Amino acid sequence: MAELAQLLEDWEPVIGLEVHVQLATATKIFSPSATTFGAPANSLTDPLVMGMPGTLPVFNRSVLELALRLGVATGSQIRSKSRFARKHYFYPDQPKGYQISQFDEPLCENGHIDVILAGAVKRVKLERIHLEEDAGKNTHVGAVSHVDLNRAGVPLVEVVTAPELTSSEEAAEFMRSLHRLVRWLEISEADMEKGQLRCDANVSVRLRGEDRLGTRTELKNINSFKFVQNAIDHEIARQLRLIDSGGQVQRETRLWDATLGQSAPMRSKEEANDYRYFPDPDLPPLVVDGATMANILRALPELPAARFERYQKMQNLSADDARTLVGDRALADYFDTAIKARPGDTGRTIANWMLTELLGALNAGGITVAQSPMPPERLAALVVLVETGVISGKIGKEIFEESYRTGEEPAAIVQRRGVQQISDEPLLTAIIDSVVKRHQKQAEDYASGKDGLFGFFVGQVMKETQGRANPVMATELLHKRLGR
Amino acid sequence: MLTRKEVEEIAFLARLHLDDDELEKMQGELGAMLEHFGVIAGVDTTDIPPMTHAVPLELPMRLDVVMPSLTTEEALTGTPRRDGDLIVVPAIIVGTES
Repeated sequence: MAELAQLLEDWEPVIGLEVHVQLATATKIFSPSATTFGAPANSLTDPLVMGMPGTLPVFNRSVLELALRLGVATGSQIRSKSRFARKHYFYPDQPKGYQISQFDEPLCENGHIDVILAGAVKRVKLERIHLEEDAGKNTHVGAVSHVDLNRAGVPLVEVVTAPELTSSEEAAEFMRSLHRLVRWLEISEADMEKGQLRCDANVSVRLRGEDRLGTRTELKNINSFKFVQNAIDHEIARQLRLIDSGGQVQRETRLWDATLGQSAPMRSKEEANDYRYFPDPDLPPLVVDGATMANILRALPELPAARFERYQKMQNLSADDARTLVGDRALADYFDTAIKARPGDTGRTIANWMLTELLGALNAGGITVAQSPMPPERLAALVVLVETGVISGKIGKEIFEESYRTGEEPAAIVQRRGVQQISDEPLLTAIIDSVVKRHQKQAEDYASGKDGLFGFFVGQVMKETQGRANPVMATELLHKRLGR
Repeated sequence: MLTRKEVEEIAFLARLHLDDDELEKMQGELGAMLEHFGVIAGVDTTDIPPMTHAVPLELPMRLDVVMPSLTTEEALTGTPRRDGDLIVVPAIIVGTES
């Protein structure tokens, strides 16, 4: 059998993703039960969720606003009139006997998400973003299944990409970009451990140069960035080996088992994949008017990709730092506020302090940027003290720790502790003079070529000044005093 | 005319058990209905947008405000089998969660 790498020279993987994102609303999409995660089983239901006769769905306005933010941020065409449809299937997680979704007239179409790959930005096309309700949760236990309907009716958007991702890395990176975007837009917590972002992947392979798509399989149940990559890699290898040994890929749904690291065909008693979609007669068309659109556009924040470019251009930051900063909107906003408090800065210094000292302290305390006890203005003030030479970088780190812990202003701590850097030339010269006089022997050895002793003198000067000597100036003056 | 197999499939989708006599009867009755829809489908509807609702109405919306849910006991009143607060049903997929 041919090696996988060799097969991949001839064959190209084609991947499309369907990602479900839970919208951060207080209530369900069509009824006013709460959406709280982790509530006792079956405590968040109502007659509509239970599929009682005579109940009618009433649409939650917040769902529209959150979904429109994503639609606008992805450059999608927004339908002024979209429609809900019933998708029929019998399954115990769906007491009504159908899921309310959108079919041929979804809210958003033809958008895109820019994915930052190593060295290049890839624009991934989105076929559609539509609204639907989530189903309840089934847990299969031997011969029976347990059903909790708390999640039934929770609002979701389903984001469907065009089949144009060509590797598991691209698929995982797309997931990361979407995850970052929905959190940035504050439309979802997107906590994957709570199932708030879930992914199905359609995977096929075709001979390179071929236009038509190969037979695809659908992988379900992939709920982490790592699993997306593993599951897709595994499926590409499975399909290629199958074809290589003379077999044919079957159109089927496969379940990914993260523990075993493999997938298996999903066997369901619901064999007929006939959902009998039709427009839901209980729900008139969803109309998006100009005023609603104008509000959404006005409130749209600067998007991660745009901010990434701004940082790279304006602030003279490395691509890595810029990418880290836009990884989290709170972090990027913190940076922007700090920059504003310190006009004229290149941004690099503030980014360095944020990414090392601040993130280090936050991580150690297990808290987020938004919960930081050190506001951006105060970090900027500390950076100013270091940049203008009032204190050394080393002392700066001590001041940071104290200010982070106590909330005291950096300048006040510097005053109280008397740790201002010594940049007074006559004073430093006098200190250096006394140090050299006290270590005459070492001065002579240095003069005769023992270069290693220079560090000794720097150390002595620092000791004498409790670390407060301006290091650049002290080095310069030492060279002068020692003759080389 | 509907085939017998089509009637069987429709019955399966609706979770209806039909015996041989009923299948035959339904084949005739459903077939007649479909023929009637065939007559309606023959009307020229060029340039007429599809109508999914009888009255021109926009989707009414509510505010995102939590109202009291059913209590767990109320919600599970009609449940034939339960295990604590969970509803128990025959297994559908073997060996995982969804």
